[in-house]
Amino acid sequence: MGDTTLKQDPAPGGGAFSLADTIRAVEVDLRILGMLVALAVIWLGFHIASGGLFLTPRNLWNLSVQTSTVGVMATGMVLVIVSRNIDLSVGSMLAFIGVATAVLQKNILSDIIGFDHPAIWIIAVGFALIMGAILGGFQGWVVSYIGVPSFIVTLGGLLVWRGASWQVASGQTVAPLDGIFRLLGGGSRGSIGATLSWIVGIVACVGIILLLVNKRRQRHQYGFPVRPLWAEIGLGVIACSAVLGAVAIASSYAPLDRALGISNPVLILIGVTVIMTFIATRTRFGRSVYAIGGNPEAAELAGINTRRTILLVFALMGVLVAVGAVIQTARLNAATSALGTALELSVIAAAVIGGTSLAGGVGSIPGAVLGALVLQSLISGMVLIGADAPVQRLVVGVVLVFAAAIDVFYRKRTERLVAT
Amino acid sequence: MTDASQDGTPLVELRDVRVSFGGVHAVDGVTIDLYPGEVVALVGGNGAGKTTLVRTLSGAHPADSGEILIEGKPADIRTPRDAKDLGVETIYQTLALAENIDAPSNMFLGRELTTRWRTLDDSAMESEARTIMGRLNPRFQNFKIAVASLSGGQRQSVAIAKAVYFNARILIMDEPVAALGPAETAQVNELVLQLKAEGIGIFLISHDIHDVFDLADRISVMLHGRLVGTVNKDDVTMDEVLAMIIMGKLPTEVTDVELEELHG
Repeated sequence: MGDTTLKQDPAPGGGAFSLADTIRAVEVDLRILGMLVALAVIWLGFHIASGGLFLTPRNLWNLSVQTSTVGVMATGMVLVIVSRNIDLSVGSMLAFIGVATAVLQKNILSDIIGFDHPAIWIIAVGFALIMGAILGGFQGWVVSYIGVPSFIVTLGGLLVWRGASWQVASGQTVAPLDGIFRLLGGGSRGSIGATLSWIVGIVACVGIILLLVNKRRQRHQYGFPVRPLWAEIGLGVIACSAVLGAVAIASSYAPLDRALGISNPVLILIGVTVIMTFIATRTRFGRSVYAIGGNPEAAELAGINTRRTILLVFALMGVLVAVGAVIQTARLNAATSALGTALELSVIAAAVIGGTSLAGGVGSIPGAVLGALVLQSLISGMVLIGADAPVQRLVVGVVLVFAAAIDVFYRKRTERLVAT
Repeated sequence: MTDASQDGTPLVELRDVRVSFGGVHAVDGVTIDLYPGEVVALVGGNGAGKTTLVRTLSGAHPADSGEILIEGKPADIRTPRDAKDLGVETIYQTLALAENIDAPSNMFLGRELTTRWRTLDDSAMESEARTIMGRLNPRFQNFKIAVASLSGGQRQSVAIAKAVYFNARILIMDEPVAALGPAETAQVNELVLQLKAEGIGIFLISHDIHDVFDLADRISVMLHGRLVGTVNKDDVTMDEVLAMIIMGKLPTEVTDVELEELHG
């Protein structure tokens, strides 16, 4: 990375150019960089161990789809944890929303407007999102206005929503689901094809370049220090290559003589990641959430309505659970009350692997999505090399604690560096 | 403080303010006032109720009873937001900073500058922060790192900048120089005089009797939640103020023997 960019624009003064200098100049988040390195190691390791099965378009495509449900929910879990709360109910809530939405499609809407009516999927998705906002918002209300700790409230939610989904489904599997709705889960038809994928990729690249240029111009305008130009260009080139590379891989997977391209769940995950990153970093609401996590009293004294903010964080989490429920039920073309069992643990693990601190105040949305990808890579890699479920759990557990330990170490070190 | 300005309406009046925590009277019927361009020092030992008293004015903890008048009009201050809307800014003893976010974000917390798209304008906030820090603490350069990584003095600068930036009419400074070195303390003291010259009224809580005599126009002394009295700085000696703090006796009540014993 450093070499290629150096050739384009040699640094003035030349001489020794260390990796540390390069990283500092690019101002890239070290934690994200570390996870990308870890991901590369995991991928290469499993590729070799599985005899060349891991880094194939097919496996990577499936991996991306499997990551999407946990990834979507992990973005919300970041804000929940950052605000010094926890949500243990997301797996059960996913089942409740999934089952309710399935019953709505199959038993209610089909009777009223007819089976496979083109409006069914819209109504179903809208219903799921509203239901998620209400369930999550209710839990948030109990947490912030009544003052019951979120651990207890959502532990209750874990039991209640699971029980409720049993009640709604009467213990049965609800299937099949609406035809268009099913496309949201991916599969061979639920992908956007090669042409559209390339368009998405190019739009994303243009977006990345515009963001970089805009940021640089803004900092110039105020006379703040900016990255060296070579670092800026290098960053843009790397980001765009990564995007286009991913599109190329997705487009080269053609199981039935048709290039699938990016699947709908992955597209949803990308959209959610962009929106949630925007909410977390560019809105007053997001800033308030981080401030509450850093010092609740200071946030209160600064005039932030901390109770409403916490309520909204849980409502947002509920909406993202609903998105997860839609993807999951659409992918299975069915809903059962056992859906999402223990999923809360994967979602929390993804957020923690992605650098979210359970002490509150620290965490990033892209980090959590990467965390979900690391988690899913481990699981699917172990399936490929034939490791069974107990071994998978063992490894995931170790990686989780290891990631948290690295994070603690990293934070202590950076604080010391700045203080001296 | 000239007598002329004290004839007008006070900027702030706290009348018969009471606050209790579970039966303990932290503030027990205290009445104090503050005029524009005046520094009133609030002094007293630990637990005298100084901080609790000013917190009622900051909106951090509403009074159980009593009245707050701002420019003669009754003010209903229940939340920090209410206080800020009335032009009351506070530098808390605890600094009240979110340690995980950077200095500009802390300064503008709850009052962020936004772009025309209603998104956070971090560049504008950083620019404003650089400007005000240039005045308060020119050596401060760490605008992009979490406040947790700053030194005590730098953190205090951030807390002061946060209060001063928003053009307060009334400023409450609760131990503003507690974590500062001599040079930075001198800077803050200069700032106090500058703000005072701009017509801002300042309640200053301080443990340092020398700072109090350097900066204050009047001194209100509290003991066990009650107001011992308010005196003009020019009319009293430091020993007399110490007698008020320790024995709760006004300069008119205290004997020379007792004053001697203070140094015992």
